[in-house]
Amino acid sequence: MLKYIFKRILSSIVVVLGVVTITFFIARVLPSNPEVKWAGQRATPEQLEAARIELGLDKPLPQQYLLYLGDLLHGDLGKSLRTHQPVALELKRYIPATLELVLLAFLLAVVIGIPLGIYSAKKKDRMLDHVSRFFSIGAVSLPTFWVALFLQLIFYKILGLLPIGGQISVEATIFQSVPKITGLLLLDCLITGKFALLHDAFLHIILPCITISLYPIGLVARMTRSALLEILGEDYITAGRSYGLRDGKMLWKYALKNSLGTTATDVALSMGYTLTDTFLVEAIFAWPGIGSYIASAVTSLDYPAIIGVTLFGASCYIILNLLADIIIASDPRVRL
Amino acid sequence: MNNLIQTLRPRIESFRESLYLLARNKLSLIALIVLVLLVLAAIFANVLIPYPQDIADASHIEIKLQPPSAEHWMGTDELGRDIFSRVVYGARVSLRSALGAVGLSLLIGIPLGAIAGSFGGWVDNVIMRLTDIFLSFPPLLLAIAMVAIMGSGLNNAILAISLSWWPWYTRLLRGQAISVKERKFVQAAETIGTSRLKIIFKHIIPNCISPVIVQASMDIGGVILTLAGLSFLGLGAQLPTPEWGLMISMGRTYFPDKWWYCIFPGVAIFITVLCFNLLGDAIREILDPKTRKK
Repeated sequence: MLKYIFKRILSSIVVVLGVVTITFFIARVLPSNPEVKWAGQRATPEQLEAARIELGLDKPLPQQYLLYLGDLLHGDLGKSLRTHQPVALELKRYIPATLELVLLAFLLAVVIGIPLGIYSAKKKDRMLDHVSRFFSIGAVSLPTFWVALFLQLIFYKILGLLPIGGQISVEATIFQSVPKITGLLLLDCLITGKFALLHDAFLHIILPCITISLYPIGLVARMTRSALLEILGEDYITAGRSYGLRDGKMLWKYALKNSLGTTATDVALSMGYTLTDTFLVEAIFAWPGIGSYIASAVTSLDYPAIIGVTLFGASCYIILNLLADIIIASDPRVRL
Repeated sequence: MNNLIQTLRPRIESFRESLYLLARNKLSLIALIVLVLLVLAAIFANVLIPYPQDIADASHIEIKLQPPSAEHWMGTDELGRDIFSRVVYGARVSLRSALGAVGLSLLIGIPLGAIAGSFGGWVDNVIMRLTDIFLSFPPLLLAIAMVAIMGSGLNNAILAISLSWWPWYTRLLRGQAISVKERKFVQAAETIGTSRLKIIFKHIIPNCISPVIVQASMDIGGVILTLAGLSFLGLGAQLPTPEWGLMISMGRTYFPDKWWYCIFPGVAIFITVLCFNLLGDAIREILDPKTRKK
């Protein structure tokens, strides 16, 4: 077991190295003119040359690659072409807001998705199974950015119940300063007992959270359903039934436990997708996270920022994959 | 010819059976019908749409941003163009691009998977590690990074999507190839000295390809979504192409007051992707012996 985990971590490191190499290729080998963006459109040839030297573009490619690796080891993602600030620093500022959104969405996915999946497996081919199946497929078929707009239309424009965007309203922050302990706004307000701010922040997170949780809810429900159905078809379940064990007991005690490993894996993997979905949604809700960051980086072709976010996303993905594999490996039925 | 029909007969039989199973589920049947209609709409878009000149950058400022009416079923946009015409034509843009992206991924993925599976050893190792690396990028993010650097545009977006999508097909085909490689006819071909490449392309790929094609057809929905996402960010289709994601992005400026501009293209994306996914789900259930109903 330990040996497997060690091997798995080692192979993850190789994959990270590969990911870094590909991002290097995208950034440096694909044709683009970073020095022009760094020095500005009207830069003189001398300024351009200086920019090339400052960005290290004058050196041969293999050397650039080694320098790039060295910088990454020190947590240096380069400087944004737009703000001339270190990308790593900017990412650090934007990550907590995104993290808060994704974590909350996942809580919803687990709390709603798993019961929905269990229920549809239990009542397979009944009306509610069809409704839930339709819902889960529907949820993965919706363009997230459009759902965001649709929810704004209903809850802001028509019903006037929820704010259109932002993480907290300006009026609320006039009287109370915004606490900064963990960086997760809801948690910080809770810890410091600022309930007026908490209430305001909560109202702001509802719409973006619902928007990005639809996909994982649908996915988790579908996966739970199919994992459970597969297990319910196995011999030991039939055996249990023939001994006269009640269906409910078989489902909750024997089948569910064995299907949760698969579900946990899918939850971990769908988190990667949700992260990317967040990128499309944040800008719409003016949510100050990495999504808004990459959206503005894309419009100004700020490639160190784009590459930085890509590396961050891929690293999250690799770690989640690793966790998923370790969860699978800890299942005693899996022989390694 | 007769021979061909003979060899195809069992496949046709099983196809017929699958079709029957598919038709038993009403939801899947509806999805299939809607998709056929969509494909027809995409093919005959030019003839069907009421205002053909509006798919380009025609402008009738005097009727801009009008709500849905009898003349303009989905209202008009900021240049007074008929949104219904643009949405219908958008089906052609989206389906063609999605087919292009999936086709290109297959073109990369299938040969690599076949080579990995049938050669084994270090070749297999290198190719599979490469797929691992590509699969560790969240798909949309890799596409965003590539298009952002290569320059926005529908063709670059299609290229970027296929460059991030192919590893799935490589994995799937490799798994098939490993089992087909052990079959008698491949060994027979080897014994009579057929070249490796000929075996791969003539014997292994044709016998491994069906699950990959099934998977690819199920992926079209996801590709349409990804493409719309890229266009929404301004990286995919460019003006005045009537692409759904781009239309939503343009409509945002006038949202939520002129809601119809954003809402209708989104409904079109939803219906299309939903039908592909419903059908894909049904096909998966039919093909999966574990859940196949008796």
